[in-house]
Amino acid sequence: MPLLWILVIVLCLGVAGYVLGRQRAMASAGGDRRILHSLPSYYGANVSIFTIVPALLVLTIWLFVQPVVIERQVTSMITDTAIEDAGSRGLVMTDVRRVAEGLEVAIEQGALTSEEAQNIRTEFTNVRSRLGEVGVALGGEVTPEVLDAAQRYRELNRIGNQMMTIVVLILAALGLGYAYARTHQEFRARNTVEYAILTILVLASTIAILTTVGIVLSMLFETFNFFQLYPAQDFFFGTEWAPTFESDASELGLLPLLWGTMYVSVIALLVAVPIGLFAAIYMAEYASARVRSFAKPLIEILAGIPTIVYGLFALITVGPLLRDYFAEPLGLGTSSSSVMTAGIVMGIMLIPFVSSLSDDIINAVPQSLRDGSFGLGATHSETVKQVILPAALPGIVGAILLAASRAIGETMIVVLGAGAAARLDLNPFEAMTTVTVKIVGQLTGDTDFSSPEALVAFALGLTLFVITLGLNVMALYIVRRYREQYE
Amino acid sequence: MNDMRAVERDVDTNDLKITARGVDVFYGDTHAIKDVDVDIVDNTVTAFIGPSGCGKSTFLRCLNRMNDTIDVARVEGSIMLDGEDIYDPKVDPVQLRAKVGMVFQKPNPFPKSIYDNVAYGPRIHGLAKDKAALDEIVEKSLRRAALWDEAKDRLDQPGTGLSGGQQQRLCIARAVATNPEVLLMDEPCSALDPIATAQIEELIDELRSRYSVVIVTHSMQQAARVSQKTAFFHLGELVEFGETGHIFTNPSDPRTESYITGRIG
Ligand SMILES: Nc1ncnc2c1ncn2[C@@H]1O[C@H](COP(=O)(O)OP(=O)(O)OP(=O)(O)O)[C@@H](O)[C@H]1O
Ligand SMILES: [Mg+2]
Repeated sequence: MPLLWILVIVLCLGVAGYVLGRQRAMASAGGDRRILHSLPSYYGANVSIFTIVPALLVLTIWLFVQPVVIERQVTSMITDTAIEDAGSRGLVMTDVRRVAEGLEVAIEQGALTSEEAQNIRTEFTNVRSRLGEVGVALGGEVTPEVLDAAQRYRELNRIGNQMMTIVVLILAALGLGYAYARTHQEFRARNTVEYAILTILVLASTIAILTTVGIVLSMLFETFNFFQLYPAQDFFFGTEWAPTFESDASELGLLPLLWGTMYVSVIALLVAVPIGLFAAIYMAEYASARVRSFAKPLIEILAGIPTIVYGLFALITVGPLLRDYFAEPLGLGTSSSSVMTAGIVMGIMLIPFVSSLSDDIINAVPQSLRDGSFGLGATHSETVKQVILPAALPGIVGAILLAASRAIGETMIVVLGAGAAARLDLNPFEAMTTVTVKIVGQLTGDTDFSSPEALVAFALGLTLFVITLGLNVMALYIVRRYREQYE
Repeated sequence: MNDMRAVERDVDTNDLKITARGVDVFYGDTHAIKDVDVDIVDNTVTAFIGPSGCGKSTFLRCLNRMNDTIDVARVEGSIMLDGEDIYDPKVDPVQLRAKVGMVFQKPNPFPKSIYDNVAYGPRIHGLAKDKAALDEIVEKSLRRAALWDEAKDRLDQPGTGLSGGQQQRLCIARAVATNPEVLLMDEPCSALDPIATAQIEELIDELRSRYSVVIVTHSMQQAARVSQKTAFFHLGELVEFGETGHIFTNPSDPRTESYITGRIG
């Protein structure tokens, strides 16, 4: 039975369960809903949950487990010679799956009857051309061994699907029956429903956490591989970034990249924080409703511009401008890509982040605090400086650190604004590059995932992750200490 | 109400501190204050009484232009402080509020230490020449607001960590520390126990020797105890204004009588 049908049937059972559960609850109370422990709809929902949830849970698990089990069964049928011929076990299995799928498609399209598909033999039929006719292209001639495996694969799949259908439907029916039987006026349906909702919420947060853990683990794993090939102290303390194609000569030092990232981010924040914060203060405290209504969206448009467009702005406008009016007259270099260019443009990009978050936070400071300050004869700016900003500080720190995380993770603006040359230099008008740019650089083009030149990308990624994690922890710490002081 | 008559009501001087004439306040289309005339005499305590929502706070906020901070609020009529129209464009509302201090209906301590809360006004206006002088102002203000004993060991702790009643007294101390000429108090004792209330009433009486005080209260007894003048508001109108003793013993308007005897409100 197709998956869709199973789902539809289970859901229908769920709906039926709802109606039945409700009815039974009402009947058990003799039609007087005040006798019931919970509202009638809770009894219905309870039966529904028992019908749908276990069945769908088993269905999901089954869908994940079945392919693995079948794969293992079928793989054992393939001889070592076949594997040697094809190059690897994986390639043989791909063929097996394609043939099996092809046969299914052929049956669906009517090119073969199911018996014909069952009895097809490589000795009598050219399987490859038959399947080619229905649009399934195969890489090579089908050997009898592969065909056998494919037939076995189809057979196992058929049995598996049948069993799945039966098990899931029985489970749904059992759940319905169990919950229905338990429905009684004293049954605490409200509490079970409450518990089910709690479970859903917990599940959602678990998924969020597990994904993070998964990402970190995969990075850790690849980073570990990298450090097998390249000494860790050379990576962390190396001042030279010069990957070559002869692996032995590569210098993969983190410091020049980290320096570039920090330099660009600091300049970006120096631009974004004052401008964003002052804009936010103006918007929240001084601007009239009319000014606010058009100025605020205007600032927020900045946040909607794709970073590649900022990159172009850096490349075409800001870079040459800085070179012609600052770098060259000051004798600081002739490069139009520079840390300064990328930093300033990135700062412009970050303004709306800082301003719009800070604006919300400042607006959340209660009016009574402003009144209190005004009532003591303070001016508006004294009030902002001494009452509103301190009260809003935790949120503003959060906004700034969020902007910092964005700055550290930004790639496009750096590529176009600061270039791709790794360099350890103090001169802000010199081209430099950042960690993210190099991650992209190491993974584009032909990459061999067993060379340190490619794997270094994961070590770089993990480093960035640790840095942003550190920033977030710091933010939490600051906010918490501040709260302790003032709550 | 018999004891009222026994209370001596002396009005020290008759200098007018604030004169309000024909004041109307609108919140958008709501007409919150309707053509109110009030005289606040120097060195007296004036009580505003009236049922909830009748406009006492609104009128009080007109006296130091706190309604400026509400976008929809519009004030008409004239309010003179020492013969000067406070709504004149020449007048700086910031300066005005330093002279006409306010304690709000809801306690609103700043998220700062108790010390910094009280020192806020003196610092802004440069009232203390050094740290010792500031310490002295803080201590004196806290003592006058009957908070010193509870707060002296925790001056560096946040004012927001105090209890509701303590916060209310902190706000009073904060307003007193700025040394205003007129002090507007919007229900300053609403969250206080009888002992703290008595101490605040003592403070009000003491302040009277130097300033004029306007107090909004829902307690008839309090109005009778601390004030020399009473204004009764009802639905945005000033129904009756006069000597406290007179209002409480011999009101001329039937609405006033109903209110103070507990029939409207
Ligand atoms: N900020 C505001 N915006 C709109 N209407 C307001 C505002 N503040 C007060 N009002 C309205 O003005 C009227 C008077 O309010 P006000 O706060 O002056 O009453 P009150 O006499 O102080 O009452 P209470 O004793 O409950 O404090 C009320 O009808 C109220 O709804
Ligand atoms: Mg009020």
